[in-house]
Amino acid sequence: MIHDFTPVSAVVGGALIGLSASLLLLTTGKVAGISGIWGGLVQPMSLMRVPIGGEVSWRIAFLGGLAVGALALLLVSPGVFADPATRSTWAVIGAGLLVGVGTRMGTGCTSGHGVCGLSRFSVRSLVAVLTFMAVGFALATTIGWLAGGVL
Amino acid sequence: MRVAAAFAAGLLFAVGLGIAGMTDANKVIGFLDVSRGWDPSLGLVMAGAIGVHLPLYRWIVRREQPLYAEAFDLPTRRDITPRLVAGAALFGAGWALAGYCPGPALVSALAGKGTAVLFVLSTTIGMVLWQMLESRGEVPAPATSDG
Repeated sequence: MIHDFTPVSAVVGGALIGLSASLLLLTTGKVAGISGIWGGLVQPMSLMRVPIGGEVSWRIAFLGGLAVGALALLLVSPGVFADPATRSTWAVIGAGLLVGVGTRMGTGCTSGHGVCGLSRFSVRSLVAVLTFMAVGFALATTIGWLAGGVL
Repeated sequence: MRVAAAFAAGLLFAVGLGIAGMTDANKVIGFLDVSRGWDPSLGLVMAGAIGVHLPLYRWIVRREQPLYAEAFDLPTRRDITPRLVAGAALFGAGWALAGYCPGPALVSALAGKGTAVLFVLSTTIGMVLWQMLESRGEVPAPATSDG
């Protein structure tokens, strides 16, 4: 049974995401892969190196845009934000570690591989997307089936 | 200008995520969990994003260079490796557990959602852990990333 389906806002929001990726590429030549943007900021800091100026400033700017966008959403429609209601603190901490390691190991995430990689017809990205979707579906469904979605 | 453009792209990205409902972790779990009450919305978000980006990408890369940079910085790797698959699997698992992936988590954290903030912290730790392994040569670093 299908629940909570919001096709129009999904497509519209998705289109804006696609537009954002295109804007970033056209203006800066960079791929809008959030894990890559994020990871690229973590790298200079974690290795205690002086940040490479050119690679840091556009990333900080992008994050700044995310922040202002978040603020705009908060002001106009705060209901769009919701933390996972059925997941414990431990599940979230573990999830973050998995995502942190996995996105660096797998060189991408839903935006990098999913939106940008697939748009480039990248086979690497296709493999990544099929993998994270399959595992994502399997794990979430298993949690739903075995534990009523609560972890 | 490059910085201003990156800022604008980030703003657009966040608003897109919000409109799409992706900053609602329960909605994302509602897509990945098909055991009851499936919400296909996330699929349409992807379709909308690719539907716009795919044709624009092809048009953009015909240019000699970006508007405010010397060259495009596109991923060049083509090899399918165990690390790619394992990494994607780990990512998929984390995504299913929290209903957050990097973009929505950052936006939600920036909006002050406590669980998202926690997720962002542990994700950052995970990234640091992996990069430490790479920098110590325990895991050879790749030539470039896919983003």
